[in-house]
Amino acid sequence: MSTTEKEGARAGQFSTIGKRIPMIDGVAKVTGAAKYADDLTLPGMLYGKILRSPHAHARIIRIDTSRAEALPGVKAVVTGKDAPTRYGILPLGHDETALAVDKVRYIGQEVAAVAAVSEAIAEQAIDLIDVQYEILPGYFDAEESMKAESDLIHDDKPHNIEREYHHHFGDVEAGFKQAYAIREDRFYAPQVTHAAMEPHSAIASFEPDGKLTLWTSTQTPHYIHRTVAKVLGMPASRVRVIKPFVGGGFGGKSETFSHDICTCLLSRITGRPVKITFTREEVFYAHRGRPAQIVWLKTGVDRDGRITAVECRTIQDGGAFCSYGIVTILYSGALLAAIYDIRNIKYDGYRVLTNKPASGAMRGHGTVNVRYAFESQLEWLADEIGMDPAELRLRNALKPNTRTVNELRVTSYGYPDCIKQVVERSGWQEKRGKLPFGRGIGMAGSHYVSGAANSIIRSKMPHSTVSIKIDLDGGVTVFTGAAEIGQGSDTIQAQIVAEELGVSLDRVRIVAADTDITPVDLGSYSSRVTFMAGNAALDAARDVKQQIFKHAAELLGESPDKLVAKDEKIFARSEPDRSISFQEALMAAIEAGGTLIGKGAYTPPKESQGGHFHGAGVGPGVAYSYSAQVAEVSVDMETGKVKVEKIWVAHDCGRAINPLTVEGQVEGSVWMGLGQAMQEETVFKGGRILNPGLLEYKVPTAIESPEIETIIVESVDPEGPFGAKEAGEGSLAAAIPAITNAIYNAIGVKIHELPVTPERVLEAIARQKRG
Amino acid sequence: MADKPRGPILMKELIRLNVNGEVREAAIMPYRTLLEALREDLGLTGTKAGCDDGSCGACTVLVNGEPTLSCIMLAFAAEGAQITTIEGLARNGQLDRVQRAFLQEGGMQCGYCTPGMIMAVKALVDKVKDPSDEQIRLAISNNICRCTGYTKIVEAARKAAHMEEFVNADINAPQPTLTI
Repeated sequence: MSTTEKEGARAGQFSTIGKRIPMIDGVAKVTGAAKYADDLTLPGMLYGKILRSPHAHARIIRIDTSRAEALPGVKAVVTGKDAPTRYGILPLGHDETALAVDKVRYIGQEVAAVAAVSEAIAEQAIDLIDVQYEILPGYFDAEESMKAESDLIHDDKPHNIEREYHHHFGDVEAGFKQAYAIREDRFYAPQVTHAAMEPHSAIASFEPDGKLTLWTSTQTPHYIHRTVAKVLGMPASRVRVIKPFVGGGFGGKSETFSHDICTCLLSRITGRPVKITFTREEVFYAHRGRPAQIVWLKTGVDRDGRITAVECRTIQDGGAFCSYGIVTILYSGALLAAIYDIRNIKYDGYRVLTNKPASGAMRGHGTVNVRYAFESQLEWLADEIGMDPAELRLRNALKPNTRTVNELRVTSYGYPDCIKQVVERSGWQEKRGKLPFGRGIGMAGSHYVSGAANSIIRSKMPHSTVSIKIDLDGGVTVFTGAAEIGQGSDTIQAQIVAEELGVSLDRVRIVAADTDITPVDLGSYSSRVTFMAGNAALDAARDVKQQIFKHAAELLGESPDKLVAKDEKIFARSEPDRSISFQEALMAAIEAGGTLIGKGAYTPPKESQGGHFHGAGVGPGVAYSYSAQVAEVSVDMETGKVKVEKIWVAHDCGRAINPLTVEGQVEGSVWMGLGQAMQEETVFKGGRILNPGLLEYKVPTAIESPEIETIIVESVDPEGPFGAKEAGEGSLAAAIPAITNAIYNAIGVKIHELPVTPERVLEAIARQKRG
Repeated sequence: MADKPRGPILMKELIRLNVNGEVREAAIMPYRTLLEALREDLGLTGTKAGCDDGSCGACTVLVNGEPTLSCIMLAFAAEGAQITTIEGLARNGQLDRVQRAFLQEGGMQCGYCTPGMIMAVKALVDKVKDPSDEQIRLAISNNICRCTGYTKIVEAARKAAHMEEFVNADINAPQPTLTI
């Protein structure tokens, strides 16, 4: 079926689901009315600034804040001793404090914070804080850092190893014996960062009654709520966290940051609202993006192209704190098993500490660099055994509803269809091997969890709860903790509720991510919102629908279980022509019992939560998305410059609740992968970032960005809301190897290191010439 | 020494800016950028700051119809000019064609680059009737979007160029709510 026919089929089945609906908060965004954290100003507001460490590794001997405090206009100065409680996003990684205590571990680490009547005075004040340091040796290379015996970054982490995991499933030795072709390669991908367009910003306001409100640009209001209450020593019920509009996250706003806590501390001392907004340079030092990673990979295939064994050893440069590191290093190994049918896998993962800003979660969390390595080797192995790489990938496909060798439960699985779609649309068969030298075409696949089946806070509570209120005005208000960060969270939940209640989308309004008002949702990370908050919203809609049906049934003289709600009408399934209006039934229900309140929740099923071995908690998703991509490139042999001509992507997102926003998510992922493949890299000298600005970091502009053609594959997941899965991350990883494989196809050079700069291409050509 | 004045003592001066067809006044320091004046002194927070050094385009406004980076222009340098910000595009409850096209084509996700991006596209389609994709990509190459990969922004710009300026040209007709 063509895309148009499919949309036609959807249209018959559903009224709101499957429609290309503009985002419901879109008018606010195109008119400039949308208020982001830095757009907010409160009466009497003070401006905060953070003093950051100039040293990568040093003991703090003394901090003298007296001159800063004496500066007219300065209202408060805080240091590490004002908030010594340790915290971190993972229960196993509580190694951070809001401001450094005793020691600094990276250049840019927060040492003190100031609140003043103007930004200029706050800036002047931090210059007046006198800190005496005793400089310690720094560790800037992960492999070197692992040899450390003394001056450890954290005393309780020998050899500066944050965490290591060693997994062996099946029997790789036996697997490699069955192999006809084996490749062993070392790959390297440098650190990349989110570079969301909105710099982090927070405003805290402490009221005289002891209530604290924090507006902050975040993907995870609930985790910030917990952390702020803990560090400030307050009952969580006295802390309110509100997420305003968020200008992009990509993982970079998915934990509590120093400024979240500093604004609260400074507001508590001064009794006035305090705002801290990062400069772009501060965003780079706050980081929490994708770690630099070394991947040694060994893969074997038999004569039929079946993968017989995979061995992966990897080191991630985690920076100075844990952040999401334990999860990142586990994802790198666990998801090797969830796209192809591989029975023998050995994985050794090392998360290593260095004196650099902490790496954290970034789109495609943990999976991207390993996927780049793996899909590169598949292409080279296909070549070695003389098989079409598309065919090789198809031969290793999993089956839907299987359990992988590391006990991941794969339900819906549209990957083979994704491959077939991009082969057809890109003209793969016509182009492969027939393009002139210097022009090439390459393929790759990737996947991602559609929400992690285990909560990082190790709680058994539902991962998402949604409530709905319908009042006399007829408006359906959805209260959700899910964080809209531009991905369309609000729109998708509104569509789900409108469809289930059979009402027009106009009736539905979303109130989101305000911890005083909205029920708990764990946040916008690991591509969980459509699946989990979507299912909770669906459950809540069913709850209120049953309340309305009770009264509709009386009016229609039918039993409630025979009723259907669609297009603002309620009728018996067998008698669609005899209906009452939704409004009529709603009024009957409200007259009988007042305002309608419904509640729904989503808890991942036990079967999805994985095995019981050490580290089994990370990797299990409640479902998985799949993506196949073809890139076409041209390479200038003189200059080494690569131009990506076009990328075709097919993404299996279960059912596309909103094809317009699905396409947007998929295109954005592919493009972000392209940035990492071609030009992005955070460059360090020692612990200092050499390119902490958007000009120097080189996010691709519209000029370097190719056309992306998106094909939506709908595998219709058995457990997703209306069959939906994730769309926002799974397509990132494949873009990188699709491009490097196209370069290989164009000029025959293998790319082992990112990004693919002209220099690297020329080096690879020279190496090839030398043989 | 940091605690002594660093140069001549500067005082606030009165500025008069013509923004979105309205004359606005404020007392500001002479070194204030147009972006700071718009956002902090005039309360026009629709224009965004993304980098503070002219490298991201989020702060793009029109100065006499030309797309201009307001974060690297002094406010006083814009005195006497016609300044248009994102708040000045919708008229009488109607979205401008560029705003409508961005909305319909999914030309924005998080919305943070959107005001600057829309202003850049507005300047293009006001001058070029039927822009090519190359012209569109060049026109927005000063503006970074981290969400969309630009595909849908290019589509929105192409579409906007062929749309009526406003759906309802009768400016006297009451339009209580913004419609698409």
